Amino acid sequence: MLIELKDVSYLYSRDTVYEVRALDHVNLAVEEGRFIGVIGHTGSGKSTLIQHMNGLMKPTEGHVFFEGEDIWAEKYDLRKLRTSVGLVFQYPENQLFETDVLTDVMFGPKNKGLSETEARERAVSALKDVGVGEKHFKTSPFELSGGQKRRVAIAGVLAMDPKVLILDEPTAGLDPRGRDEILGRIQRLREERGITVILVSHSMEDVAEYADRLIVVNNGKIPYDGSPREVFSRYEELEGMGLAAPEITYVMHELRRRGFPVDVTADTVAEAKESILKELKGGRKRA
Amino acid sequence: MLKDITLGQYYPSDSILHKLDPRVKFIGTLVFIIALFLVRGPVGYAFATAVLAALILLSRVPVKFMLKGMKAILLILIVTMLFNMLLTPGEPLFSFWILTVTKEGLVTAVRMALRLIYLVIGSSIMTLTTTPNQLTDGMEALFSPLKKLHVPVHEIAMMMSIALRFIPILMEETDKIMKAQIARGADFESGNFIRRIKNMIPLLVPLFVSAFRRANDLAMAMEARCYHGGEGRTQMKPLIYAGRDRTAYFLIVLFLAGAVVLGILGL
Repeated sequence: MLIELKDVSYLYSRDTVYEVRALDHVNLAVEEGRFIGVIGHTGSGKSTLIQHMNGLMKPTEGHVFFEGEDIWAEKYDLRKLRTSVGLVFQYPENQLFETDVLTDVMFGPKNKGLSETEARERAVSALKDVGVGEKHFKTSPFELSGGQKRRVAIAGVLAMDPKVLILDEPTAGLDPRGRDEILGRIQRLREERGITVILVSHSMEDVAEYADRLIVVNNGKIPYDGSPREVFSRYEELEGMGLAAPEITYVMHELRRRGFPVDVTADTVAEAKESILKELKGGRKRA
Repeated sequence: MLKDITLGQYYPSDSILHKLDPRVKFIGTLVFIIALFLVRGPVGYAFATAVLAALILLSRVPVKFMLKGMKAILLILIVTMLFNMLLTPGEPLFSFWILTVTKEGLVTAVRMALRLIYLVIGSSIMTLTTTPNQLTDGMEALFSPLKKLHVPVHEIAMMMSIALRFIPILMEETDKIMKAQIARGADFESGNFIRRIKNMIPLLVPLFVSAFRRANDLAMAMEARCYHGGEGRTQMKPLIYAGRDRTAYFLIVLFLAGAVVLGILGL
């Protein structure tokens, strides 16, 4: 097991009037090589949850394990953990600070203790992975467009060569093309390098398309954890939590309600199309 | 990690002190501070202590929060006490090596310490029971006569409330950027002084960039809503004195009179 949370609770502003229980006895195991989607409404505890995975937050109660070791045990090397579990925050472009793109991306690998040349190699390959061309390497990160900044920031985490990549809403504020581009590249990275990906998103379409496991966070607890199909079949309960199923799931339900026996568990447009076509052809034969 | 720092430290509750007009609290605090410097004798201090205790009870803020502010002045307190004890000339009480503690010194030291402690507690009662925004509103109203002397009272108050409003935002931002850089392997804790300052660059550059961006956005948003300074500007919740505020003013005057009498008598 790669990452394991055992009975983890986290309290903000403990022992004051402002005390909030952000995580409530959470148990979770992350297997290697998965693409995990995390959904939950704003303030449900998603961000707190992912910050426990690389030791940025210390659980008030409970334990966190990485590759079987308790990360809060004495003498555990947290800095090393953080290079293995890369975390890309929301609006990561706000963390850029160097004079040029390449040097900024080299920050992570250099902190890892790599030499200048090695760090440069890592940075170049990470920038290529996210699709930032060589002509931008020497420009100031502050002169890039929003989407490019975002990619440079993601490269900054990728360059540390993490085993797990956690992304907190990496597509917020991007146009549809930028969104597909970034998610597509992350998907490719996972296929090519076997990186485990954890994607926090508000877009049900995105998690349905990319994730093979879906975790729902609500009020600091995990009420649902399963394949996107399983989770989205509970769309009525999800709505009660301020979430929803992908649009296409609603279309499929409506089609079935009107007497067209399609597969209602389809949660991507491609699956839905297949199911509808199959039904149309089959239907014609029947008629 | 930075969330634990309380600045402006308002403690929500619905005590009578919370409901008072901020102007009353501001003037009350000022009077209390003046009174602390008027009284000299034990009776005077007992009087001040009784008033302070009553205020703490009225405020319904846990004493723990009042004492939090003491940590910050602990060092000043110790240094003041030591210097007063050792350097005041007078009747020697006891000597140790080349140091002599005098009777006068001891009395002055205790008096100074009490003054400092009461000063901090007295002003924290105000900040604990008044939101920063109420406080700046109150100050703007109190200082508005200065407008006649072309002092930009409204602008100063506006700047103060914006600054106060931005403290938590910038703290949160610092926390976020810090975490993001730690996630990239940054180290803010070890190394010597120069090393540490250098390590702050990845934190400070993004922080400044975002502060400027926020300032720009805010100015734009204010202009879009036709903000043009204090001229002819009205308030949604103007400060109006209620019966309890007049009672409070009366009590403040009584307190001041008592302190003046005790001060003159030297009790």
